[in-house]
Amino acid sequence: MNPLARIGRFFLGFLAHTGRLAVFIAHSFVAIIQPPYYLRLIGQQMIRIGYFSLPVVALTSFFTGGVLALQIYYGGNQFNSEAIVSSIVALGITRELGPVLGGLMVAGRVSAAIAAEIGTMRVTEQIDALTTLSTEPFKYLVAPRVIAAVISMPLLALVADIIGIMGGFVVGTQSLGFNPAIYMQLTIDFITPDDITSGLIKAAVFGFIIAIMGCYNGYHSAGGAQGVGRATTNAVVSASILILSANYLMTSLLFSS
Amino acid sequence: MTDMIKLSNVHKSFGSKHVLKGVDLSVEKGSSLVVIGGSGSGKSVMMKSILGLLTPEKGEIEINGHPTVGLKGGKRDLVNRQFGMLFQNGALFDSLPVWQNVSFAAMQGSNMPADEALELAKESLALVGLGENVLDLYPASLSGGMHKRVGLARAIATRPPIIFFDEPTTGLDPIMTDVINHLIRDCVNELGATTMTITHDMSSVRTIGDKAALLYQGKIIWSGNVDALDQSDDPFLVQFINGLADGPIEIAGA
Repeated sequence: MNPLARIGRFFLGFLAHTGRLAVFIAHSFVAIIQPPYYLRLIGQQMIRIGYFSLPVVALTSFFTGGVLALQIYYGGNQFNSEAIVSSIVALGITRELGPVLGGLMVAGRVSAAIAAEIGTMRVTEQIDALTTLSTEPFKYLVAPRVIAAVISMPLLALVADIIGIMGGFVVGTQSLGFNPAIYMQLTIDFITPDDITSGLIKAAVFGFIIAIMGCYNGYHSAGGAQGVGRATTNAVVSASILILSANYLMTSLLFSS
Repeated sequence: MTDMIKLSNVHKSFGSKHVLKGVDLSVEKGSSLVVIGGSGSGKSVMMKSILGLLTPEKGEIEINGHPTVGLKGGKRDLVNRQFGMLFQNGALFDSLPVWQNVSFAAMQGSNMPADEALELAKESLALVGLGENVLDLYPASLSGGMHKRVGLARAIATRPPIIFFDEPTTGLDPIMTDVINHLIRDCVNELGATTMTITHDMSSVRTIGDKAALLYQGKIIWSGNVDALDQSDDPFLVQFINGLADGPIEIAGA
């Protein structure tokens, strides 16, 4: 094929894909706002998305906090600045690493699961069955997952913040020889409510991205088992990229002032 | 007799592929129409168009005298509440036990309390010959025949006036095929429903249907009573019902 035609076809495909995603998001918002509300399904999804992600998010944030403490200490030691370890660990975890690494871990776990589940429902005609049973698939499948993810992710980020700081505390006091009382006091003194809330806002947006990308890719999957596999991969990749780019945008907006 | 389902000049394409090329078809109230045709002839597309899962580009589909093409939201739901549907592979919801699958429409659409929904599921399952021992099973643990039966129980649970069957015997052994065909016939007779079945299984045609139509290359090329199938000298119909490789029907991919 002509290289120009290839570029043109790629660009048109990208535009079509973006337009379809925009329509999907708009349709999802309508489904979220309009009744009926499936509260039981929202609760079930909160357990699947939030509660069952706790171990992976907790482990990730604990080790991240510990590594952060070590790196700041080794880097800062050259300038006799190991005292800033506690404050930078707290800042780094609450503002960036807690929500972002938590978001990426949940994207890998949850976005893939959502895409696989909805994709399987698509190729086995279960979504068609929902429609014939007078149940709107966006209300029954998409809205509960999006609502649950938007509520669960900030809660997970809060847990990640606490455990990440504890990871830094454990490494700082057990391995680097810091005084526990002084370490905690410096953490509390340095951290502000804005540091925490900015991370929670980010986490809510990441939750939306994770659920929407899982639902979108699953809903539009086609071509049997191979199609479902492709939808699962696309969901994780697109959610991860969008989380990182949204993080940059939100950091620019939230901290520019 | 009034037409419960009526299709007039229905066209549906996917990109450059013109699947339905002007389908005209009607199903009288209380009758059972079986649409036969080879793979790729457009049977499933036609049924999905009637169910509102696909929107035809041209033509009209009337349910009980009311046009339905392009209906969305609540208006589409009102039409769909008249329907029961048995999907080819059952399309049971993996995440729900059998009883919730069967009473799904009643619970979600009519907010039926769980205890009443459970009773409804028991009654519907009894109609298809299944006992209470399957109520709490999940679809993954059901055999192919049980899948079809539970799917049939779900299709008739709300006692709809119109029931669709998409390849109801595909993937079943000959004995289970006969069991499912007779179950469908008995259930439909008991409910007095209007039905449309798509299949290429001639035993289903003769057991379930009282009228038949042959869909070929997106058009209905023959229709009549099931009793007339064997008397017809239409070369397309003769080739199809006798399962002959030679004849006027073009074989897809050959």
